[in-house]
Amino acid sequence: MPSQLHIVVCAGIVPDPLQTLEPITTPSGPGLKNEMVLPAVLDPWAACALYEAAHLAAKNPGSKLWLVSLGPKAKLQQVMMTVAQKVAFELVPIDGPIGGFPDAHATAAAIASTIEAIPGVDRSKLLIFGGWESATRGACVTLQIVGERLGITEQFQGVDQIDMRDDGSFEVLERIEGGRHQVSVCSSAPAVLGWATGNLAEPRNNPQIGMANMRSMMPALQKAKAATLDTNGLSYVSVSLPKQQRTTRVVKDMTPDQIAAELVEWIGAE
Amino acid sequence: MEKILVLTHLDETGSALSRASLEAVTAGLELATRLGAPLGIGFVGSDAAIANSLAATGARLLAVSGEAFAQPRYATDAAACEALCRAADATIVLVPAGARFSRVAAGVAYRLGGVVDTHITALGGTEKLEATRWFYRQRVEAVISRSARPWVIVLDAGTHAAYVGAPGNANVEQVAVELPATRTTVSGIRAPKQDEQTIRPDARMLFVAGAGWTKKQPDGQIHVDDAAKLILGFLRATNASLGSSKSLVDQGGEGQSVLPFLTHMNQIGQTGATPRHAKGLSTCCHGEEPHVVGWRFIGERRAISLDPNCGWTRGKADVVYVADAFAVIAKLNEMLSTKG
Repeated sequence: MPSQLHIVVCAGIVPDPLQTLEPITTPSGPGLKNEMVLPAVLDPWAACALYEAAHLAAKNPGSKLWLVSLGPKAKLQQVMMTVAQKVAFELVPIDGPIGGFPDAHATAAAIASTIEAIPGVDRSKLLIFGGWESATRGACVTLQIVGERLGITEQFQGVDQIDMRDDGSFEVLERIEGGRHQVSVCSSAPAVLGWATGNLAEPRNNPQIGMANMRSMMPALQKAKAATLDTNGLSYVSVSLPKQQRTTRVVKDMTPDQIAAELVEWIGAE
Repeated sequence: MEKILVLTHLDETGSALSRASLEAVTAGLELATRLGAPLGIGFVGSDAAIANSLAATGARLLAVSGEAFAQPRYATDAAACEALCRAADATIVLVPAGARFSRVAAGVAYRLGGVVDTHITALGGTEKLEATRWFYRQRVEAVISRSARPWVIVLDAGTHAAYVGAPGNANVEQVAVELPATRTTVSGIRAPKQDEQTIRPDARMLFVAGAGWTKKQPDGQIHVDDAAKLILGFLRATNASLGSSKSLVDQGGEGQSVLPFLTHMNQIGQTGATPRHAKGLSTCCHGEEPHVVGWRFIGERRAISLDPNCGWTRGKADVVYVADAFAVIAKLNEMLSTKG
């Protein structure tokens, strides 16, 4: 018999990966130039977590799915216009700063207290999903601390697969070194799963799902609580773009044989 | 005064410390010397022989042992690391990156009432400790500092030399840990068959396959089978690790022709790995991701591309060969096999 799950996905918003990023100093610390007008997307690994969560919820009827996201309200609304068309979920927004420079511990505290306050979440059915790292800080910190703050000590990072069993237990595949997976079995919820890419393709946009999501999303965005993030003693000595620029030799006039010979020599050189 | 603790664990053989642990030991020795601070080394699931190999460090050695700590698992590893940190009364904790400790480092820092920073690539500073790390997937570099203690610092692998020292007789303090309740059982490792293994972190070279391998060739046909044979032939001849662009991996989910041995695990770039190898050769790649993000920590870089104006290879690769990768790799494999 399928388990009814309460899945909370934690996902931030990040600048579109194709954008050029330029760090600047702001009154509140480092930031990105034109950060608020850069096109944003749902954090890629967290998006994988969302799609996996929706897939899992669909396979286990009666399950519920929430998306907790911290960012400026206006930016969240913009990103959710697209994300809402992918899968059905209830948005729990937190109005806070954007970007990778705010402290992860403070972000985790804001997210944990928000999850605790979600009405109707049953801890015995609770799975907390998110990306194992973000495309901003890329730290693998926030989810772990969210779990600790909620007293959840069954945690998995770099997850590519979860298989629910009839008895409520589930098997998890976590990435480890060398392109392999560690296989673990957890006897029951609650648990924290930081996802890598998983195995699902990005769902196609579905305007009907989008319409349904938007009905609850807009009021939720209007009521989003503001979060002030503490620095926890974090200070930035410098923030810069890497200066390394290579002098590229462009070779246009060599035959495949000549190129191969040069590469053989290069590969063999210490 | 700061007190430094380096956390270590065994590799998969169970008979030696992991390479990343030995690198962290080197970082700990360097930092302790610079700060004039006492150094401790903590072992999770270790024995006397392993500790003896670090006797020459002169560090205080602490260990948590027992069957429960032999397997990597959040609840037990976090409890072990927490106990070691408390026993050492450490203010700075150096942790080797890797699946095992990256899974627990932040949780341990929270339990200690401290802070954590991960993917640290360098430690510096004169009056205060400063750590270097990347933001936005290796596109922005920052140097940070923390006033809060304990400060757990997870060091990226490959950023320090592995410690080598003469073995001696070490005095190891056993640290008691109350076994935490856990609902998780580790049942094993799932790995591709040996001849299908294309991810090799220890390889000297990274071979990057781009989406061009599965596109129409000059004869108007797609040659995925030929591409697969050429790529695998190169990997076997050189023992290189295989990376791929996101676009090529994603094609599988979109019902297009794909290279059968490629998975998301091979992906480098924004949603993939940023591996460290001495050399990198990219083929049929035309995007920012593999060249900027995925190649950040590759030493010497060369590319084979049909596009002489590819803006992403310019300034990122040392050499760009404007040529058909099918022809070049076929010839290259032939030469490598003759060379033996």
